Amino acid sequence: MITFSLNGETVSVDAPPTTTLLDWLREDRHLTGTKEGCNEGDCGACTVMVTDQTGAKALNACILFLPQLHGKAIRTVESISGPNGELHPVQQAMIDHHGSQCGFCTPGIIASMAVGHLNKRSDYNDVLAGNLCRCTGYAPILRAAQAAADQPSPKWMKDDIPAVKTHPFLPENSDDLAAWYMAHPGATLVAGATDVGLWITKRLQDLTQVAFLHRCRDLQTVEVGETTLKIGAGVTMATLLDTLKTHHPSYAELIRRYGSEQVRQAATIGGNIANGSPIGDNPPALISLGATLHLRAGNDRREMPIEQFFIAYGEQDRKPGEFVEAVTLPKTALNLRCYKISKRFDQDISAVCGCFNLMIENGKITSARIAFGGMAGTPKRATHVEKALTGQDWREDNIRKAIPKFANDFSPLTDMRASAAYRLRSAENLLLRYFHDLNGKDTSVLQVRA
Amino acid sequence: MSVSKPHPHDAAPLHVTGAARYVDDIPTPANSLHLAFGVSSIANGHLKAVNLDAVLCAPGVKHVLTAGDLPFSNDVSPSPSPEPLLAENTVHFVGQPIFLVVADTHLNARKAARLGQITYDETDAILTIDQALAADSRFEEGSRIYATGDAREAIENAEKTVHSVIEIGGQEHFYLEGQVALAFPQEGGDMVVHSSSQHPTEIQHKIADALGVPMHAVRCEVRRMGGGFGGKESQGNALAVSCALAAKLTGRPCSMRYDRDDDFMITGKRHDFRIAYTAGFSADGRLQGVEFKQYTRCGWSMDLSLPVADRAMLHADNAYYIPNMRIESHRLKTNTQSATAFRGFGGPQGMLGIERVLDHVAHALGKDPVEIRKRNYYDPAARQKTHYGQRVEDFILHDMTAQLTETSAYDDRRKSVADWNIENPILKKGLALTPVKFGISFTLTHLNQAGALVHVYQDGSIHMNHGGTEMGQGLFQKIAQVAASRFGVALDRVKITATDTGKVPNTSATAASSGSDLNGMAVRAACDIIRDRLAAFVADRAQVDPEKVSFDSGLIHVGGDSLPFEDVVKDAYMERISLSSTGFYKTPKLEWDRIKGQGRPFFYFAYGIAATEVVVDTLTGEYRILRADILHDCGASLNPALDIGQIEGGYVQGAGWLTTEELWWDAKGRLQTHAPATYKIPACSDCPDIFNVALWEGENTEDTIYRSKAVGEPPLMLGISALLALSDAVSACGPGYPNLDAPATPERVLDAIERVRG
Repeated sequence: MITFSLNGETVSVDAPPTTTLLDWLREDRHLTGTKEGCNEGDCGACTVMVTDQTGAKALNACILFLPQLHGKAIRTVESISGPNGELHPVQQAMIDHHGSQCGFCTPGIIASMAVGHLNKRSDYNDVLAGNLCRCTGYAPILRAAQAAADQPSPKWMKDDIPAVKTHPFLPENSDDLAAWYMAHPGATLVAGATDVGLWITKRLQDLTQVAFLHRCRDLQTVEVGETTLKIGAGVTMATLLDTLKTHHPSYAELIRRYGSEQVRQAATIGGNIANGSPIGDNPPALISLGATLHLRAGNDRREMPIEQFFIAYGEQDRKPGEFVEAVTLPKTALNLRCYKISKRFDQDISAVCGCFNLMIENGKITSARIAFGGMAGTPKRATHVEKALTGQDWREDNIRKAIPKFANDFSPLTDMRASAAYRLRSAENLLLRYFHDLNGKDTSVLQVRA
Repeated sequence: MSVSKPHPHDAAPLHVTGAARYVDDIPTPANSLHLAFGVSSIANGHLKAVNLDAVLCAPGVKHVLTAGDLPFSNDVSPSPSPEPLLAENTVHFVGQPIFLVVADTHLNARKAARLGQITYDETDAILTIDQALAADSRFEEGSRIYATGDAREAIENAEKTVHSVIEIGGQEHFYLEGQVALAFPQEGGDMVVHSSSQHPTEIQHKIADALGVPMHAVRCEVRRMGGGFGGKESQGNALAVSCALAAKLTGRPCSMRYDRDDDFMITGKRHDFRIAYTAGFSADGRLQGVEFKQYTRCGWSMDLSLPVADRAMLHADNAYYIPNMRIESHRLKTNTQSATAFRGFGGPQGMLGIERVLDHVAHALGKDPVEIRKRNYYDPAARQKTHYGQRVEDFILHDMTAQLTETSAYDDRRKSVADWNIENPILKKGLALTPVKFGISFTLTHLNQAGALVHVYQDGSIHMNHGGTEMGQGLFQKIAQVAASRFGVALDRVKITATDTGKVPNTSATAASSGSDLNGMAVRAACDIIRDRLAAFVADRAQVDPEKVSFDSGLIHVGGDSLPFEDVVKDAYMERISLSSTGFYKTPKLEWDRIKGQGRPFFYFAYGIAATEVVVDTLTGEYRILRADILHDCGASLNPALDIGQIEGGYVQGAGWLTTEELWWDAKGRLQTHAPATYKIPACSDCPDIFNVALWEGENTEDTIYRSKAVGEPPLMLGISALLALSDAVSACGPGYPNLDAPATPERVLDAIERVRG
């Protein structure tokens, strides 16, 4: 049985492990306030508030499986208003500021706003990046969020987390996971389900054997060493973002644009590495940092430079029963810059993600690590470009001389995100941006104001 | 009076608490069934063999229907040209429904729908404009031409000319609530259907045809849609008809909703256009002759493409007097989703064509585009006649332009943008100010009619029904404000009810921005009939002239007395006075010949103007919209808050159409941007940081409901200023003309930057 709290009431459910919270809410509990807009975690109409030991989060219910809620508390739009129908300040503000038109995205917007309000967030564009609205153009929603900010969060918003029993496919720590996975090497491991969720809701697959990792707290640690950061595989993008803000601001900015608030609260760094996607945003950053990947199979552990993990499209250096345990990266890299190009700034998948990390000593490039996503079947280093730069003086003419080498490193594809020509050209131009950026010139449209 | 007040949307308290009920939220009995389509995986060909054994054997499947199983009409078309619900022998686009699965759950229906084993005789698909032209694949017999004067001669005699081509992409509606319907079978073969539709009468009509029953046997109810934008004008027919067919077959309630990907793959979108232009003009930038060739991909079925293409032609002038103009319109039939209605209905594409011309002319002359625009504006005194013969008698854009130029500090910012661009080698700013003049009325004249049904109950509460549908625009609240104003009572006395074909028959789609114009007048008529009866009743009782009776503040004033509304109603009931009435309205003054392209298709015009500032990264083509200033004309607004909502939302949706929203089909005709993961509508941070929206102070010169103006579609076209601001920023990179196509993705912007550098 899966046990969690729903709108203040503890419930236990026996359902197939791939039952989504959204379907369960709407079809079993007839709580139809939470809406299905896309069923893939990209529109936010299904956003609910989920509280665990680390606090309240906004999550997409459409790609959240019931076992992921074991030991957590859920609050849906129906109970964001009080027990006697009292409106939450964000609800009242949305009425007062005309923040709803068709109203279909509104329950999700309310859930995101209420969680942001509870957590005293004022970065409204980030809080709401995962909630698409097609009617309002967002202006009145932003006005409502600002208007509600100063009011206290109602007392009913505080959820208690229910005590729960252990569950067979919910390992409590990485040792249990390692043993279980060795015994079930064909199983699917689900951390945040922001990718696997779509196997169920879109590809309509059935998962026969599955383990959910969120209770492995020992995989969710960030160890800050003297020169390194060791990030557990179960660390969410949201936690990673907080960590990186101090140590790697440019990488943090990349992760700020990774998915949305809802996606970052669910997705894990381990998942983003292990799924081997050529367009995941962490791998290029980690490769350019020279990160080390830690893998574990049973009680055997091994480590490798992270780029070696990605062998080819759909193929990684991972043995049966082996899983990503952690990744270690340097604590600082002053010259690291991470650039993401997509059609839309927020909550879009990179057409090109380029990460640059050059060592420059006395005006000379002494080493170069450059890695790209979206340019090949795997996240990949630009080795020819690196070679052309290494040993050269840090001057624009030398940078320009290295640019033709991109064609030696990459033969990108044309798809719906960008053409091959654009991918190559923008990758080349990102090296120029890097040069100007390190030299202190204004290169980011995000920094410009009218 | 409750009109002109900024009341919140009537359903706002329900929206924010999750209590607003949409079709898929309606409780259904446990034995309800769920539907899904099995669809074509090829773009063009014959069905060779359709083996549905695996579908039939799939868990939970009750029935599988193909075209041959349909008892009566297999047609869900809104146009005279048929559009099969289920493919008969041929398929015409990837995503075309071939069979219908009826199963116990939504998920089982979806799973089974993928199990069809279909083999095809595949033929070459016609996907692009060029392929369609080469194959002469089109709707209507040939191109349609609207013309005035002699454009060719005027261009040949002009001092200067420009010519080029702009490609304009389509747009997915991305209503947050996907298409959905729910049918409840009734006794005696009757059917009640709940549909997320802008056009309940058409749903009723199509179901009646499909079931072989008169329209009176079918009732369609629409309480609200989770967004429509034109995408629910005709595209809901297939689902509603399917539900009704399956409900009749099984005797059980049947529901159908498209998964988001299916919605993208099956339903129509905004028409994409290629517009080629040649313009001749004087040295001071006055247009003398313009020739347009408008090519549009209509997709596989006619749907609403003819009136869409007509409206594109009718907006090829936008705000400009063009003495000699010729527009040639090609309506091309392609093996893609059937392009359909989308907010603006062809107007935005036609308007973008001429705005591009003005921008190009200004660039050729090295002048500020605003100066060239103003020089070519219609003149309220002299230069009035459009290329289709209607006179523009209410032109207010001179004054609106002056006001917005001032409030947005356009001239100062034009200079500061230029200075900024000199200092910044990598990033470039751009600024553009563009007007909107949008014609209001359905161009199919008979659609300009509406009905209403109003009851006053004996306790003084009022039940209001009309033919318009609520898709978020706030129509119901505006009309309730009209009703409350007619009776002089508080707004909360008026009950807003679902649109229902059993209450108001023969309605037009809630489309063409006409919702409040038409239904407001119809409700007013109904209310006034009842009000006049009440006035006559109290006047007779007090022995005064009924003309002297007035209604306000919940009171009826007669003689020296002020009587509570509900008391008079109660007395009237006791006196056996009818307290219920229908109302009817038809738009006056319309006269239009769409074949000749001459007449008065529009009752009046709605105006707007926007100034947008952007910044572009010349290395990657990435950009941001930094600021937008808008002045928009709603006449005497029925509800300024709701109107501003339409303007803000319309601008962002229009800017999205022209910037990040890209539809991308692969070489086999498969739409690859079929979900929000790949199709990018504006997100929260895409709303401009500085976003100033004001309403023009004025009133409609025509006699509309409280002298207000329609507002649904016109603001979308304010987004054209975003595209032209990007073009302006690109212009700062080199001497060439950007020729920026839409949507201006970072890739297209970077292409344009390289073009202007030469």
